[in-house]
Amino acid sequence: MAKYLTQRFVYMVITLFLIASLTFFLMKIIPGTPFSNASKLSEAQLSIMIDKYGLDEPVPVQYANYLLNLLKGDLGVSFQFNNVGVTDIIVNSLGPSATLGALAILFGTFFGIILGVISALKQNTWVDYSSTFIAVLGKSIPSFVFAGLLQYYVGVKLGWFPVAFWRGPEYMVLPTIALAMFPLATASRFVRTEMIEVMESDYITLAKAKGASWFEIAFKHALRNALIPVVTVLGPLVVSLMTGSLVIEKIFGIPGIGEQFVKSITINDYPVIMGTTLLFAALFVVVILIVDLLYGVIDPRIRLAGGKK
Amino acid sequence: MTKILEVNDLHISFHTFSGEVQAIRGVNFDLNKGETLAIVGESGSGKSVTSKAIMRLLPESNSDIKSGEILFEGKDLTKLSDKAMQKVRGKDISMIFQDPMTSLNPTMTIGKQIIEPIVKHQKLSKAAARKRAIEILELVGIANPEVRFNQYPHQFSGGMRQRVVIAIALACNPKVLIADEPTTALDVTIQAQILELMKDLQKKIDTSIIFITHDLGVVANVADRVAVMYGGKIVEIGTVDEVFYNPQHPYTWGLISSMPTLDTEDEELYAIPGTPPNLLHPPKGDAFAPRNEYAMKIDLEEQPPMFKVSDTHYAATWLLHPDAPKVEPPLAVQRRQRQFLDIKEGK
Repeated sequence: MAKYLTQRFVYMVITLFLIASLTFFLMKIIPGTPFSNASKLSEAQLSIMIDKYGLDEPVPVQYANYLLNLLKGDLGVSFQFNNVGVTDIIVNSLGPSATLGALAILFGTFFGIILGVISALKQNTWVDYSSTFIAVLGKSIPSFVFAGLLQYYVGVKLGWFPVAFWRGPEYMVLPTIALAMFPLATASRFVRTEMIEVMESDYITLAKAKGASWFEIAFKHALRNALIPVVTVLGPLVVSLMTGSLVIEKIFGIPGIGEQFVKSITINDYPVIMGTTLLFAALFVVVILIVDLLYGVIDPRIRLAGGKK
Repeated sequence: MTKILEVNDLHISFHTFSGEVQAIRGVNFDLNKGETLAIVGESGSGKSVTSKAIMRLLPESNSDIKSGEILFEGKDLTKLSDKAMQKVRGKDISMIFQDPMTSLNPTMTIGKQIIEPIVKHQKLSKAAARKRAIEILELVGIANPEVRFNQYPHQFSGGMRQRVVIAIALACNPKVLIADEPTTALDVTIQAQILELMKDLQKKIDTSIIFITHDLGVVANVADRVAVMYGGKIVEIGTVDEVFYNPQHPYTWGLISSMPTLDTEDEELYAIPGTPPNLLHPPKGDAFAPRNEYAMKIDLEEQPPMFKVSDTHYAATWLLHPDAPKVEPPLAVQRRQRQFLDIKEGK
C-alpha cells in the first residue's frame, strides 16, 4: 500500500509538472500580454513585474524562472490588485467555493442515492416516474434558474433563508440546494440503473432466500455493489463543484474562486491563471486518487495488489 | 413417514408481452421427512419455477400462482404475508443455487453472509453466531475456517464457494433444503465431492431435500424418489429404482435411452426428436405427444391422468390405460426392466 501510494505520488507530481508547463506555454501563445493592461498599472508595479518575472527575457528563461519560483512555493503577484500574492487570493476565495461545493456534493449525492434506490425498487411505478422527472429537471435546468426560483420563493416570499451573501450557515442553504440539483440528478440516475441490474443478480436472490427483508436487501446487499459507477462519475464532479461555480457565486454574491478565475483570464492576469489552474489540477489528481482508493473500499475485488495479509 | 411438504394442483403463469405462459400446469407431489426427492426434466419443463414458487422467489411483477396450494407443515405458503414468508425462508426452507460464482455477494465477507440468517432467525448474539458460522464452515469441509471467515468470495474457488452456499443454506438447520442444480456449474470431481457432502449433511441434520437437476447420473446417486417433469407437469413419479429400471412414460423412456451406461457399446446414443412444447399455447392433449413415437389418437385430444403403477409409482400416459395396446419400450429400457425384475427377485 505504501509503495502504491509513493508511486501514485510521483505520478501526481509529474502530472502537475506537465500541466504547469503546458499552461505556461499556452498562455504565451495567447495574443495579448499583461502589458495590454499597462494603463491600469502603476510604474512601480511594472518594474516589480519586470524585475521579478523578467518578462523581457526569452521565453525559456522565463519558464525556468517560473518553475524555480514554483518550487519555492511562490505563485507570484496578481496584476489586478496592488501587490496581492496569488496564494493569498486563492486561500481567501477557495474557502467559500470549496465549502459550498462540498455541501452541494454531500447533499446531492445523499438524496440522489436515496432517490435512485427507491425508484429502482419501485421500478415502473409512479414513484419511479416522478423521480425520473426530478432527475431530468435537475440535469436539464441550469443551476441559475433554480437559484433565481429559490431566491424568490424561499428567500423573498417565505423569508426562510437569506437571499444572498456568505456570512454564516443559514446563508449556505439556498446556494447549496441550487448547486446540488445536478449531482442529485446524476447520482439518482446512475444508482437507479445499477440497482436494477444488481437486484437481478443471483446473490440478491440468495439474500431473499435467507429471509432478508427488503430494506436489508437494498441497503446491506445491493447498494454497495451499485456504487462503483456512481463514484466514478462523482469524482470529477466534486472537483468542478469545489472549484467554484461562477454563476452561482455571482447570483448569491459569494466571494468564491470561480469568479476570480474567469476574471483573471479576461484580463491576462498570468500569475492568477497559472495559480488557479495548478490548484484545480492538484485537486483533480487528488480526487482521482481518492476515487481509486474508494473503489477498493467499496469492492474488495479491486483492492490494490500487493496488499497481502 | 410424515409428510413435510405437499404441493397440490399448482398452476403458475407468467405474463409476458406475447401473452400468458403457463409454466406450471397442475403439479402434485409431496416430500417426506428426511427423504431426497429429485425433480428432473429438460430446460423449460418447470422444475426451477416449482422450486422458486415454494420459496416464493418468483418475480412478483409478472408471475402469478393461479391456483393450488403449497402446504408446509400444514400451512399454505402461497397465502402467507411477505413478513411471515421471510421467517420461513432461510429458517425452515432454504435453497442452494446453480452458480456458486454469482450467488455470493462479492462485497461482503463470507462470515457476514453466513451469520446473517443465524442472527436473523435464531436471535443469537454476534459472538455466538460467529462461533456457529465457524462450526458450520468446518462442517462443510472448509479448512482454516477462522481465517476464511473474514475473506471475500473472490478468494474462494468455485467448489469452495458452493460449500459456502451450502453452509449458508444449512446455517439454521432447515427442515427442507431445495437444491436447484447445485452441481451443474462445477466440474465432475467437484460435483462428486459436493454430492457426497450433501448426502453426509442430510444425515447429520436430518433435513428433507428437493434436488433439481437435468443430470440423471446425479439423480441415481442422491435421490430416494424421482419426479420427471415435462411441459409444466409431472409425468412420472416413483422411487429411484422404479423410475430408472421400470419407467412407464415414453418421455422417461426417451431420457433413459439417451443416457449412456457401462453396457453401451458402439451403438449411437438415442436423442428425443423435436423440441419442448410452447407453453404460451399449451397443447390440448399430452404435451409430449408430438415428440412421442408411441403416441395414440387420444394423446392428441385429452391429457392423460396419473395412472397408478405401484403404491409409490405413478405415470401420466395413456399407454397405462387398460384398453391401450401393449407396446415394446426401447431396447435400453427393456434391458433395464429385466435388471429390475432381477433386483426384485433378489438375484
